[in-house]
Amino acid sequence: MGLGAYVAVSAALFAIGIVAIVTRRNVLYILMGIEMILNAANINFVAFNRFGDNGLDGRMFAIFTIILAAAEAAVALAIVLNVFYLFDTVKPSDADLLRE
Amino acid sequence: MLGFVQSTLAAGATGTLTNLDFQLLLAVLLIPLVGYTLQIFLRDKLPHGDKILTGGMFVVMCITVYLASKAIGAVHDGLPFLNHSGDVGMEGGWLYQAADVPSYMNVVVGIFYDPLGAAMLAVVGIVSFCVHLFSMGYMQGDKRYAIFFANISLFTFAMLGLVLADNILFLFVFWELMGLMSYLLIGHFSHDQSSSFFHKWATWASKKAFLTTRIGDCCLFIGIFIFYREFQIAWEGSAAAQAALPDFHPLRFTQMWEMARIVVAENGGEFPAWMTMAGLFAFGGTVGKSAQFPLHIWLPDAMAGPTPVSAMIHAATMVAAGVFLLGRLYPLFSPDVLATVTIFGAITALFAASIGIVCYDLKAVLAYSTISQLGFMVAAVGLGGVVAGMFHMVTHAFFKACLFLSAGSVIHGCHHVQDMRVMGGLRKKMPITFLCMLVCTMAIAGIPFFSGFYSKDAILLAAWGNLIEGQFFSGWPILALACLALGAMFTSFYMFRLIFMTFFGGYRGLEQEHLYTEMLELDGFEGPEPHGHDDHGDGHDDHGHDDHGHSQEVHESPPVMTIPLCILAIVGVPGFAYLVNGWFTHTVTPVSMYGAEVGAWVNAGLPTAIADHNSQLGHTAHNLALIVSLIVASAGVIGAWYFYILRKDLPAKLAHKFHFVYLTLKNRYFIDEIADAGFIRPTMRLAVVQRWIDEHIVDATVLAVGKLGKAFGFLSAWFDRTFVDGVVNAVGLVSQSFGNAVRLFQTGRIQQYAAFAVGGGILTVAWLILS
Repeated sequence: MGLGAYVAVSAALFAIGIVAIVTRRNVLYILMGIEMILNAANINFVAFNRFGDNGLDGRMFAIFTIILAAAEAAVALAIVLNVFYLFDTVKPSDADLLRE
Repeated sequence: MLGFVQSTLAAGATGTLTNLDFQLLLAVLLIPLVGYTLQIFLRDKLPHGDKILTGGMFVVMCITVYLASKAIGAVHDGLPFLNHSGDVGMEGGWLYQAADVPSYMNVVVGIFYDPLGAAMLAVVGIVSFCVHLFSMGYMQGDKRYAIFFANISLFTFAMLGLVLADNILFLFVFWELMGLMSYLLIGHFSHDQSSSFFHKWATWASKKAFLTTRIGDCCLFIGIFIFYREFQIAWEGSAAAQAALPDFHPLRFTQMWEMARIVVAENGGEFPAWMTMAGLFAFGGTVGKSAQFPLHIWLPDAMAGPTPVSAMIHAATMVAAGVFLLGRLYPLFSPDVLATVTIFGAITALFAASIGIVCYDLKAVLAYSTISQLGFMVAAVGLGGVVAGMFHMVTHAFFKACLFLSAGSVIHGCHHVQDMRVMGGLRKKMPITFLCMLVCTMAIAGIPFFSGFYSKDAILLAAWGNLIEGQFFSGWPILALACLALGAMFTSFYMFRLIFMTFFGGYRGLEQEHLYTEMLELDGFEGPEPHGHDDHGDGHDDHGHDDHGHSQEVHESPPVMTIPLCILAIVGVPGFAYLVNGWFTHTVTPVSMYGAEVGAWVNAGLPTAIADHNSQLGHTAHNLALIVSLIVASAGVIGAWYFYILRKDLPAKLAHKFHFVYLTLKNRYFIDEIADAGFIRPTMRLAVVQRWIDEHIVDATVLAVGKLGKAFGFLSAWFDRTFVDGVVNAVGLVSQSFGNAVRLFQTGRIQQYAAFAVGGGILTVAWLILS
């Protein structure tokens, strides 16, 4: 299998993530969408590392990204909790204070 | 730099006046000023303010008399009285010395004390003290008692300052201060709402006095300007003057005299025309201040003020200032000026004396007599008898102050009636007042060996001296002599008329039928009406409430009023008058007044009879003067005795027969009416015209400008609202609508934002790929 297949999977995963972020009504789905996008990036890092001549760089970045995703998930969930306390909902369309 | 110049004092070790004396002179000035300041600010809160001020004035009197006696003693011993160049004046003062201007532009404020000043200062001191003392009795109970004392104190200060001023500008300051004080004091009763007579009269009279003398003051000021400027020019162009007067101050008296001498010498012995002009203007000041024809009209009305004020104005201050100025400026007067001075003085002397004959108001007689006597003094100066004029000023100050205070005492005793027709027989009721008044009447009438005799004699001598020296009928000397002799006769006549009507015969009072009842009913009273003045304030508290105007019992005044009368009268009595005559004529001479050089120059210009009394001509003139003086005085006395004791019916008959003359005199030669028609009413009419112009043209212009401005304002406002505001609003509107439009994107929904971001990213990538 060539590099194209990996990139295709990655692109699909990225697109699914974007769609999830933009369209879903529940904030948890949005977080999932974010995770998908990060993993799409990971697939790219690993694939390009496998097919390229770059030592361990790609894999190291993938590991960083996973750690970053974990931290992001923790912070995001805390935000979600606060949003829930504040608005009594987790629908992103209802939390529209930025409009003001 | 304001330094104290006393170099002249230090220089004259041989002089008789010390630095202490100089400080005493400063004290003389400061005491009344401090008294005034205390009294005017504290008013009734100052306990015994009247006694403090009178006490201060007593100190002033003592100092002035002490210094004058020192002056007399010094001259008697042949010592140089003064320190300045050994013969003239004690000078010291504050000199304003700016570094970069010539000396003549410096302003000098200094004290000048010479024999004439010494005599005048003593007169002012004594008379002011007497007036203060008298006022304590006369003004008792007045509503504005404290203010009265404050004002009269400042009045005294002004005159003292005028006498001590060492330059003409400084003199002018005090001159004006005196004008102001006379205005305030004549108008003393103008606040008295309880008496409409005094209220109206005092208000009007004070204005009249102030405005009339102002004409003279303007003339004097112009005269000062001319002297200043021309002396300065003359000094700059003359090497001799620069050598003689290295630090020239054109306003200082000593330097003006010296400069005049130099200017005339360099002009070939002739006075330049500008000196005549300046002299005439300066004499204008005397005409106003010393009530000479035709500006005399203020003085008779000045008696609207309280009687002590009249005594002050008529004797020591105010009118004396004008004559004193003549004495100070005499060396600057050209022969033409002196002729003018003589003519004005002689006319005034005769003219005012003739009015005095027909007055029935006690104070009016005295007022016209003052004008007449001032005419004598002025004429004397014009005739070259400057010493005689000054001496008459001194003797006159005493007897006229005494006469006015006596009149005040009579008025006080008669419950503020001033008309002589309801008096009479007061001799027994007011013996002290009568005696004092009699002595002073004899003095003013020129009865031998009374004080006025000596001074009037000297004046007539001056007139005769001119007449003999020049050819007979040489114009103004003969006119002067005739006017003065006739004036002296009238003086003697009306003064004894006053004495006979007031003190002799029986007491006439108001109710009884008497000689003048019909006349009184026809003409009304002169002076205030006898009734309705009970509460007008002065002098009623000390004799109970019961006899306020109801009982017409006449009484002698309290000692506080009679003592000043006695002090003043003593100067007039024979013996003492002889001493005063000796003191004055030996102490005050042209040489002692103006210095050796200028004095000699002045003497050289005088007729021999005046310059040297011991010359043949002097003796002739003296004998002639004596004869004339005796004839006119006795003629006056006998006439008065005949008309007012022996044949009391005659005056009325004569008045009837010479009705036109009588009316003319009674109406004071219609001078007031002429002034009214000639000056006052045209001025008023001019004022009306000006008012019309002001209202219809100036105001209309101003209003039109205002309206134009207003219209322009409206236009401007409209433009502002429509265009300027419109632009601003439009800018606002545009931003607002743009904001509203942009706001649509701002939904606050993060998913939408994310969608925009993604869409934007896709578009960017698409654009990058496609391009």
